[in-house]
Amino acid sequence: MKVGLFIPCYVEQFYPKAAIATLELLEKAGVEVAYPLKQTCCGQPMANSGYEEFGQGASDLFRENFAEFDYVVCPSGSCTLHAKEHILSNKEGEPKLYELCEFLTDVVQIKELKSRFPYKVGLHASCHGLRGLGLARPSELMVPDFNKPLQLLEMVEDIDLVHLARKDECCGFGGTFAVFEEAISVQMGKDRIQDHQEQGVAVITGADMSCLMHLEGLLRRDKSPIKVMHIAEILNGQEPELKNQ
Amino acid sequence: MKAAPTHAAAAEEFLKDSERSHWHDETLWHVRSKRDVSAQKIPEWEQLRTLASQIKDHVLSNLDNLLLQFEKKAQANGIEVLWAKDAEEHNEHVLRILEENQVRQLVKSKSILTEECGLNHFLEDKGYDVVDTDLGERIIQFNKQVPSHIVMPAIHLKKKEIGDIFHKHLGTEAGADDPKYLTEAARQHLRQKFIQAHAAITGVNFGIAETGGFVVCTNEGNADMGTHLADIHIACMGIEKLIPRAADLGVYLRLLARSATGQSITNYTSHFHRPRKGKKMYLILVDNGRTKQLGREDFRNSLKCIRCGACMNTCPIYRRSSGFSYNSTVPGPIGSILSPGMDLNKHSTLPFASTLCGSCSDVCPVKINIHEQLYKWRQVITKEGPPQTSKRWAMRFGGQVMSKPRLFDLMGKMARKSLSISPRGFVYNSFNAWGKHRELPEVPKETFKDWYRKNRNDDK
Repeated sequence: MKVGLFIPCYVEQFYPKAAIATLELLEKAGVEVAYPLKQTCCGQPMANSGYEEFGQGASDLFRENFAEFDYVVCPSGSCTLHAKEHILSNKEGEPKLYELCEFLTDVVQIKELKSRFPYKVGLHASCHGLRGLGLARPSELMVPDFNKPLQLLEMVEDIDLVHLARKDECCGFGGTFAVFEEAISVQMGKDRIQDHQEQGVAVITGADMSCLMHLEGLLRRDKSPIKVMHIAEILNGQEPELKNQ
Repeated sequence: MKAAPTHAAAAEEFLKDSERSHWHDETLWHVRSKRDVSAQKIPEWEQLRTLASQIKDHVLSNLDNLLLQFEKKAQANGIEVLWAKDAEEHNEHVLRILEENQVRQLVKSKSILTEECGLNHFLEDKGYDVVDTDLGERIIQFNKQVPSHIVMPAIHLKKKEIGDIFHKHLGTEAGADDPKYLTEAARQHLRQKFIQAHAAITGVNFGIAETGGFVVCTNEGNADMGTHLADIHIACMGIEKLIPRAADLGVYLRLLARSATGQSITNYTSHFHRPRKGKKMYLILVDNGRTKQLGREDFRNSLKCIRCGACMNTCPIYRRSSGFSYNSTVPGPIGSILSPGMDLNKHSTLPFASTLCGSCSDVCPVKINIHEQLYKWRQVITKEGPPQTSKRWAMRFGGQVMSKPRLFDLMGKMARKSLSISPRGFVYNSFNAWGKHRELPEVPKETFKDWYRKNRNDDK
């Protein structure tokens, strides 16, 4: 099984720790992973802004980079969804695309993790992974309950997972929405944070660093002690950079 | 022509009153939660949604024949059927009916279609007294507003504000905001109007092709009060409101009220088949852009909408920006895929008023892929809508960077370098919308690529 790692553009540039954790986590699970160095982006920022055609170059590059792999794994539900819907379509002969959590639960079928995280954690359900990829049951759908990211987090020793009042409301990132609809994006982010704050979390985690980048931006501006961590970091047993703990 | 305000600007304005926007969000979230509780009680909920969607697929694919069947049956029942290609023709039909029957006073139950056609203003300009009898609609009619929500038209107003409006228009005690007291005042006021009215206008929730009958759902019984007392009943129906058989009705009635408010059924589900003896019943079938939408492959199934409003209640943007921020008769997610088809320039910002979170599509009782259509409208708007030179330039540039790995690495390096050495005031300038209320990410010492080269891939 040849597995290629796709790291979203902004994670590559600003959140290497999430990418390293993803790689190490996969390696620890016995997966042989390669990271093609010529990768950039899936083209989603252009396409979601209405300029699909300007994302074409990125899409072509993506296809080239991963042509030889059986699987492509990406630590972002949003980028995975975009690539699935607009670049590859899991057709015969094409690499199969998986978001990290679903790859671990469905393909690797991981049963245990050797990590410990003795902190109060809120799980942010990122929309594209949740409703687009089906990582968990969205609260709108009346189907049997399941939650792949949660299933993984529950394997972490001593983790204290909280229940949120609105378990899968959007955080308001939305790509360029965050800039073009700034006011409402910020309000949505603040409301999400409030929900986590009321549960007394030390860390907000999720399967999409982009949502967490937005929330982190608000938290840091507010000088909040709450930290954000990509789910791979927690699953990989990273320590949070907490003050006064 | 003055450009319409963008959704973003209107939303920012609404959010300035943070207490009100929080209240609005909580109020509508409460309705969404009631919907969840109610839907949970139906084990076959998802099958019902699928069935409802499939029946509407059938309707949209056979709309021509079903409409003709519907017309024939309705005529045979003694209903006078009229066709209107647009809002103007619809309004002219209503006016002619009123003139022919020498009607001066009329009552109207809720109809978003007549809002879409601007019927009230049209008739008021001709000297008619149009009284909306849905409580919420009466409130906003007093307040000279349009509905901010298709099911709860006055949801943007607080109790106290309604008390003030009633004090001004109905003479209730100043400062009184007890819902029971206010409702009673409205009831007394509307009773008079019902008794005086010569004609009653209603909307139509479902037209049944098989029987030529139609169904009107209300919670207040106001459609019934109006139509039972008046000699003339004018029903205004969008041509997409059709279902094939009476047997299909149960599917939609079970979904409609639960999706809308969490009720198991609307308090009044009134079936109209023929005029009573000596009375008249008219049915106006309105296109007003619907056949155009039907011809748009990517957007046709937006016509499945049964106007439950669930997508508004669930939408995190609608809840925090209110219906008025959309500046269109049907606001919220469904409005954002219907309205661009009516006027692309006026509504060009609406498909961007979404994070594409997809909650609207999952809550929709007829499974309209709303968020996917928002994405598709975006592609249309950047080509056919108002030009956006700087955004276009930025996206084109971004696309070029992302298609060339070495350029991407270089640009990334430059961006990270300039971010780490620039003074704060330089980075957080007035053009940096991200940084108005948010910090940018901290710049790490190395990128993942740098790390990977060092730690996993020394030879490359």
